[in-house]
Amino acid sequence: MDTEVLKTYFSALEPLATFEEGGEWLMVQVPAENWKNIARKVITERNYDFLFCVTCVDFKTHLTMVYHLRGMQTDETVVVKIQLNRDQPEVATVSDIWRTAEFHEREAYEMFGVQFTSHPDLRKLILPDDFEGFPMRKDFEDPINMIKL
Amino acid sequence: MFSFQQLAQQTHAWLQQHTGSFTVLVECAIVAVFAITLFAVLGLVLVLLERKVAAHIQIRVGPNRVGPAGLLQTVADTLKLLMKEGLVPNLADKFLFNLAPFIVMMVAMLLLAPVAFARGIQIWDINIGVLYISAISSISVIGILMAGWSSNNKYAMLGAMRSGAQIVSYELSAGFSVLCIVVLSGSLRISDIIAAQENGWWIFKGHIPVLISFVIFIIAVTAETNRAPFDLAEAESELTAGFHTEYSGMRFALFFLAEYINIFIVCAIGATLFLGGWMPLHIAHWEGFNHVMDYIPSSVWFMGKTFALILLIMWFRWTFPRLRVDQLLTLEWKYLLPIGLFNLLLVAIIAIMGWHF
Amino acid sequence: MYSETTIVTPDALQQPLQEGQLVINVGPQHPATHGVLHLVITLEGETIIKIEPHLGYIHRSIEKMSESLTYRQFIYVTSRMDYLSAHINNLACAMCVEKGMQLEVPDRAQVIRIIMSELTRIASHELWIGAMAMDLGAFTPFFYTFRERETINDIMEQTCGARLTMNYMVPGGVMYDLHPEFVARVKSFVVQFKSKVSELEDLVTDNIIFRNRTVGVGVLSKADAISYGCTGPVARASGVDGDIRKRFPYSGYEKLQFEQCLEFAGDSFARYIVRIREMYQSIHIIEQLIDAIPNGDFQAKTKAVIKLPKGEFYTRVETARGELGVYIVSEGGTTPYRIKYRSPGFSNLSALNHMAKGSKIGDLMATMGTLDLVIPDIDR
Repeated sequence: MDTEVLKTYFSALEPLATFEEGGEWLMVQVPAENWKNIARKVITERNYDFLFCVTCVDFKTHLTMVYHLRGMQTDETVVVKIQLNRDQPEVATVSDIWRTAEFHEREAYEMFGVQFTSHPDLRKLILPDDFEGFPMRKDFEDPINMIKL
Repeated sequence: MFSFQQLAQQTHAWLQQHTGSFTVLVECAIVAVFAITLFAVLGLVLVLLERKVAAHIQIRVGPNRVGPAGLLQTVADTLKLLMKEGLVPNLADKFLFNLAPFIVMMVAMLLLAPVAFARGIQIWDINIGVLYISAISSISVIGILMAGWSSNNKYAMLGAMRSGAQIVSYELSAGFSVLCIVVLSGSLRISDIIAAQENGWWIFKGHIPVLISFVIFIIAVTAETNRAPFDLAEAESELTAGFHTEYSGMRFALFFLAEYINIFIVCAIGATLFLGGWMPLHIAHWEGFNHVMDYIPSSVWFMGKTFALILLIMWFRWTFPRLRVDQLLTLEWKYLLPIGLFNLLLVAIIAIMGWHF
Repeated sequence: MYSETTIVTPDALQQPLQEGQLVINVGPQHPATHGVLHLVITLEGETIIKIEPHLGYIHRSIEKMSESLTYRQFIYVTSRMDYLSAHINNLACAMCVEKGMQLEVPDRAQVIRIIMSELTRIASHELWIGAMAMDLGAFTPFFYTFRERETINDIMEQTCGARLTMNYMVPGGVMYDLHPEFVARVKSFVVQFKSKVSELEDLVTDNIIFRNRTVGVGVLSKADAISYGCTGPVARASGVDGDIRKRFPYSGYEKLQFEQCLEFAGDSFARYIVRIREMYQSIHIIEQLIDAIPNGDFQAKTKAVIKLPKGEFYTRVETARGELGVYIVSEGGTTPYRIKYRSPGFSNLSALNHMAKGSKIGDLMATMGTLDLVIPDIDR
């Protein structure tokens, strides 16, 4: 797969996209507001039908959503990153485009506090229902269970 | 040659002498003690047999710690069940809850009556023996439904209803296969049916149709006693845990025991009708052979045949996966029942034309 | 962090129940060996309307914990994730660290890694067959499959030191060299396996009751499988040819001859057949390698304390359940900044609602059984 072709494609799709270097695959950074449109285009035009990893990473100044996409026929892989505001992290859900995102986004919600707008069923998946706080954030404190080294 | 018949006659004569008009009562008491002892011993033996058979099919050893080679395992299990707390759920219908296991046990005991254990040893040789057996075995459905209803547990109720539907459906097939033998023997009386097999067992004399009805009979009685592969109602990994969910302690022990006694009873009936009961293996016109076969006591013949069928039914359990409830009922209504009806017609033709041996 | 204990209403009641609908729970304790999976099922009569998995009974916060473990330590927590393919999980983590360090793994270590992975795959599938047959009511295959599994466990114990969570993979190779008896034992296992698996097939595969309960049950189409992110035998049974060992070969798989087992029916029986054939393919792989294990180092030389450069690394392997992905974000220290495990069971489970909706409750066991869920893998 040709990185330059993909770069051109993504720049055309989303003018505000920036690219990161140094990884195995092309890493595209897009703004949160346009993610849904990009997702819709990308599944039909480039055939990225396999969303295989949805992660959230807490860099201490912001949160980043990371989506790993792959086309089953072509094996093209692309990593889409979205930077989110730490105080109000919101991004559109893609669970109506890739059904696997439904569970992954619930997990990102409960662990990091990212709000996925129009998610069909956004509630805690793995944590108990009455758990308070977002445990995977770097500033999560739990004096009983966490041992500070 | 040892024979129970002689013993029975001598006991009868002795009792006539000594007790006179109370003979009947004393004999009833003896029979009751005999029945209960038989129950207890059979329960012991069958539960252990099941566990050992299961173990050997599954390449392991089975219980071998309690008693020599594990023979006292069931005694230990019974003691454990006796000492368990018998819980009655709070909103359960107490009267029915307590009554249900007794009904199921009662049915099992009543069914012992027409079974001929050896030459001359038969508690009640009623002239409608086969009809009596079919009728009484239907009463067990009442016990099961009572157990499910009075438990005040929706899963137990569902399980009981499924179980009830299963038993009622398969009774039809069992009834039809039994009818084939009745047609051939010409009588409902158990002793007549056994006597008719003096020159060979029905399964050999009645060739094809009796073979078909034997197969249908075995399948139907496996389903009637809720044994695998038809044990959906009491399966552990299915959702509805069966009609005996809420039972514990002695009441559960009664259900458990009644299930194994039922297996013994239906295998005994199968052995009586199809394999000749206590009648040794005779081949028509081979007098020498028949004479040799007669040396083996009739009780040994009867027990051997019954236990062969019991082992067959136990073999089924550990080999086949479970049928789903709709597959189970489809099997009965769409396959076994039409085949059974057609078979009955075939047997009637054969009986009239005399085309059996 | 934890509020006072409150009565938590079942989530299924968020939508009000209609007339005639019933909510039941399956689990979290199971008579079948699924692990602590809690399903809340909305039933209408015998038909399933909705299945909701409630997870988290075995959540051990492995991802958060790994943020304070060094790059050598965090590998062994993953054996506890999908304990039935423990080697393969460890392999994924070791490979991710090696990718970050750009370390070459010697040939001998690569071959040993493949052999261990394939033995683990066979052991996992054997246990799965036993557990699934037991779910359906056939109690005997469980014991037959455990006999094979015992042999594999004994082989593992001799070389790796443990039977279930064998912490054997290190960044750079494997921890110890093979036991001298390893090759002979694996060869005799291969012979034993071939004769015994045909026994198992007679008992289960050709059994008409088993077929009636699995054919046509729990159908998953190819497009749905890709959309729900299903991988592994679940996806291959629907026709998705995404076997990582073929698509993105790692650790020496590119030199081996083996087939990808594809079926197109997408029902429970297809998933069963795929796993049986995968076992045969694994034996084929082992046979190709066992006589020709190269000599050399079993571990590449690395520094005692491993530091990954700043960046992010993703590796994927094919476990017995599907694609396991390890995503490490490193800020240059001795511990990872963020680790994410893309577990195969998580995505396979999300397809359960779709597969079982509209079918009867009696079919649920067949559907759920063939998904081969190991809950610690899902909950992490």
